[in-house]
Amino acid sequence: MEAYEIVKLARDKKRPTAKAYTKELLTNIVELHGDRAFGDDKAVVGGIGELNGMPVTFIAVEKGGDLKERVYRSFGSPKPEGYRKALRLMKQAEKFKRPILCIVDTAGAYCGEDAEERGQGQAIAQNLYEMMDLKVPSISIIIGEGGSGGALGLSVSSKVYVLENAVYSVISPEACAGILWRDAKKADEAAESLCMTSEYMMKFHVADGVFKEDFSDFKGMCAEIKETLYNDFVQMKKEAPEEIIERRYEKFRNIGVFAEKKASSEKGDID
Amino acid sequence: MLSLTELLKKSKNTIENGGRQFARDEKVKCPACGKEEYRNTIKENNMVCPFCEHHYKISARTRIRQVFDKDSFHELFDNIESADPLEFKGYKRRIEKARISSGEKEGVVCGTASLNKVKCAVFVMEPGFMMGSMGSALGEKVCRLFEYACENHLPVIGFTASGGARMQEGILSLMQMAKVSGAVKKHSNAGGLYICVLTNPTTGGVTASFAMLGDIIIAEPNAVVGFAGRRVIESTMKKSLPDDFQKSEFVLEHGFIDKIVDRRELSMTLGRILNLHREVI
Repeated sequence: MEAYEIVKLARDKKRPTAKAYTKELLTNIVELHGDRAFGDDKAVVGGIGELNGMPVTFIAVEKGGDLKERVYRSFGSPKPEGYRKALRLMKQAEKFKRPILCIVDTAGAYCGEDAEERGQGQAIAQNLYEMMDLKVPSISIIIGEGGSGGALGLSVSSKVYVLENAVYSVISPEACAGILWRDAKKADEAAESLCMTSEYMMKFHVADGVFKEDFSDFKGMCAEIKETLYNDFVQMKKEAPEEIIERRYEKFRNIGVFAEKKASSEKGDID
Repeated sequence: MLSLTELLKKSKNTIENGGRQFARDEKVKCPACGKEEYRNTIKENNMVCPFCEHHYKISARTRIRQVFDKDSFHELFDNIESADPLEFKGYKRRIEKARISSGEKEGVVCGTASLNKVKCAVFVMEPGFMMGSMGSALGEKVCRLFEYACENHLPVIGFTASGGARMQEGILSLMQMAKVSGAVKKHSNAGGLYICVLTNPTTGGVTASFAMLGDIIIAEPNAVVGFAGRRVIESTMKKSLPDDFQKSEFVLEHGFIDKIVDRRELSMTLGRILNLHREVI
């Protein structure tokens, strides 16, 4: 399949949104609201629930179903208070030694005057910084769009999974084509060049695994995801907090491809 | 034999190392106020317009010379350079062009330098190198610098100037944000001091990572500091934004930076902050 076709699939309005996953994966959900500073971002849904009987904190970016809900959820683009709400819940999870599950589906962080005034950049930066240092295991799943810093702000986790037709990118193909070639219509070409599909996420070690998609049997598909998540959490919960932090740091530390001009210490190659 | 590109790069750096002196002093027009002044006069004024205090864009090495003790800079990790992992159309050529025009191998210069004899780990982003955009090599260099500072118990002083992530490296450039933020956290957990100076422009992925993570964050006057691009916001919101939007003064007003410091007082201010931390560094 062409990369841009996959982008379209990832954005498809008929695709299940985050709440469908939380409903299938978790039981006994208690939703929690607010960042305790400014407000409650509707694009970020969070709380506590049970995954196979294991209490976990969940954070999900919700795009919304019908148009009315999509507007209410800012089309799944979190504002600074959304990232701060997420961080508050993650720190709470750390205190009570609960694993963290992030379900990510966003075109990007909210783009607007108010978001800038309230420090969108600072909010995302703070999440990267603190998530890297969480003493409890964390898993992020990108279920549709992984749009740039807006997605990364909830994806610095011990493990990162992507759905088969999810995309994860530094910039949207439309914006990329607009900037580089001054032609947003070349988005298909940009999508190809940006290497944003699940296949590349594995190649560049950004993702730890890919979940197969089968929306005709959503229950069955989620059951498999659930099993993987549960086993991962059980495994990781055995590790000491320092180990959890170190492993997460190493995972991200090793991502990148560059040239090192010394024959003796070649590093960062992909193959 | 040196290739033409090598020669161009070399000559640029020779000028830089010798301290930029213009053989033929000529007048330049300030892009902000339009008044003309001799280049050397502006240079003596730390590349600040004597009439309107416009802060000219300066190279990383000029910055180092302005701020740190004479000849104290020792470069590190300059063997790390960008590759082309995505084989992105036109990327290699862009890098080569950036190398020639900036005289630098990558968008950041790292090393150690002293300020009032206090040794620091230093990174300075080079606005002339693809707008200081962050790719794998840049992320790796800054990351290694923080790790070096951590091992050697050094404070970090960083200067940011960036258009954001380098899209030609796709997802890998995005991941550098996480990677560097992690290294900053480690340095911080070890008690290290990190002072970040935001210069024009500091935007996108750099703002959303290490630019906003300093213990103390300073900005130069009138610098653009923000996450989303101004034009993108304007077209999304379908309205025009005020002139001061995303300027340092705006960011200060909203509580996201500690201080705005004129370039001519920067070295003194940084020195004072370092001195106030003398018992812990």
